[in-house]
Amino acid sequence: MSASPMSLRTKSGATRVKDLSFRGGMLLCLLLSAVVLVTLIVDVLLDALPVLGTRIFTNFPSSNSDIAGLQPAIFGTLWIIGVCAVFIVPIGVATAIYLEEYADNTKWWNRLIEVNIQNLAAVPSIIYGILGLAFLVRGPLSLGRVVLAGGLTLGLLVLPVVIISGREAIRAVPPSIREGSMALGATQWQTIYKQVLPASIPGIATGVILALSRAIGETAPLIVVGAATFITFNPNGLVGDGAGFAALPIQVFSWISQPQEEFHQLAAAGIVLLLGLLVCMNGFAIYLRNRYENKW
Amino acid sequence: MVNREQVVTPDISSLRVVTPEGRVAAAPTTAAVFEIDGLGVSYGGKQAVQDVTADLYRNEITAFIGPSGCGKSTILRCLNRMNDLVIGATVEGSIRYHGQDLYDAKVDAVEVRKRIGMVFQKPNPFPKSIFDNIAFGPKVLGMKGDMHEIVERALRRAALWDEVKDRLKTNAFGMSGGQQQRLCIARCLAVDPDVILMDEPCSALDPISTGKIEDLMIELKRDYSIVIVTHNMQQAARVSDRTAFFIVDLSAGEGNRIGRLVEYDATERIFTNPSDSRTEDYVTGKVG
Repeated sequence: MSASPMSLRTKSGATRVKDLSFRGGMLLCLLLSAVVLVTLIVDVLLDALPVLGTRIFTNFPSSNSDIAGLQPAIFGTLWIIGVCAVFIVPIGVATAIYLEEYADNTKWWNRLIEVNIQNLAAVPSIIYGILGLAFLVRGPLSLGRVVLAGGLTLGLLVLPVVIISGREAIRAVPPSIREGSMALGATQWQTIYKQVLPASIPGIATGVILALSRAIGETAPLIVVGAATFITFNPNGLVGDGAGFAALPIQVFSWISQPQEEFHQLAAAGIVLLLGLLVCMNGFAIYLRNRYENKW
Repeated sequence: MVNREQVVTPDISSLRVVTPEGRVAAAPTTAAVFEIDGLGVSYGGKQAVQDVTADLYRNEITAFIGPSGCGKSTILRCLNRMNDLVIGATVEGSIRYHGQDLYDAKVDAVEVRKRIGMVFQKPNPFPKSIFDNIAFGPKVLGMKGDMHEIVERALRRAALWDEVKDRLKTNAFGMSGGQQQRLCIARCLAVDPDVILMDEPCSALDPISTGKIEDLMIELKRDYSIVIVTHNMQQAARVSDRTAFFIVDLSAGEGNRIGRLVEYDATERIFTNPSDSRTEDYVTGKVG
């Protein structure tokens, strides 16, 4: 046995205590937010329990809380989100492709666009509501308080999110794939369309779904562009007289403001519905991400 | 050594370089595939390679050897204009491909890459099935014919058919590294190139896979001209007909590494009786 030239120092007691207290502190923070969330969900579920049933899907809002339902709000939300998706997917993906594949980063205007898109993602949603009101509902387009105006407003709001996540998905495709394709004599467009885009679709789809789930919960811009709080018909188109719309968060907001307890229960039911929708969408996004994850 | 009289003039009629008068450019006159003359490359104003002159011949394997940073990959990437994709890269001097100026303003780089294929250092199969990996090139180039036949022929030429014929529909990422690299070679062969450029194709592979690829290269040079960049001098000695030795010139000052061609000759001469002492030092292992 030869003596080792250096003895390894063991962890001192003080270090151990520090380690543990840090760990404990962080766990506490985690628990705090988890407890708040669970309390919220349980509370809402308990409130909603008495009114959760088929009637919230089939009935229209009413001043009589016994027969009031959410149908126009559900349809309104679906219409708006549909318009929003149709608007953001092509524009968002095209912008992301331009910025990642074509834009020369050494040019100042491309950097300006980039910085602006990042800033736009941080602009408060109410501002987009005012933009929608001034340009879509009234002003140059004068669409009125219709589905198209609501959907486009939310689309403008979440477009930067789609662009940013789309760019990340496109950037995740290794350059070697592009080189391999170009070296075979494919043009840049063929390379993008047939190699880069298919490989980045799971990431782009995930970003779109997350953006839509943010749009679903937005209230402020919809109030500004004039979503209805009491409506007795489902939207029947994008524009025109029958295209007025309600939306889930708006309906919840309106019911919460009522004095009667029964409307609070209905509002809770609306929240449960909204949360259920969000969980489904985010779950689908996670599924997409894991299912099609490429191992480069 | 190539006997110029015996070399059949290659058919390059499919490389459509239309002159202002609207006619297809003149037929080649020499056996050289590439005539590199005074080639220099710089990235963003920084010189990377300077004054390289060499003729690369048909149906031969030409090896580029030299220490890291000597610009061998850079020169290789000039030969099919892959450097065009690097922002800020500029090329001076000239490269003639079968007598035509590769960097002529009228030459379409995409057209060049159809004729001059490339295999990269790290196998880079597409995230698709084995079949689709091979079929991609012929499809985007609009090649006519039965796609199954085209795929089978390419895989057979790359000596991969027997290993993968039962799993053509499976993802290419499930193959071993050596198989992936031969898939990349097959992919390149599927578009019927004239030249294959290989950028350290075996550096990520084990000796057995390397041996298979070297055998394949020797097999392929009957039909193609091959240019290979390699760090492995034994590999250059084993497979190549001619070898070009490059060095890094540091005399331009700190941070200015310029690649230069030292000596270009028959491989046997480079490894047994080089005329430049720096070549001798390098190939005998005294430096590097």
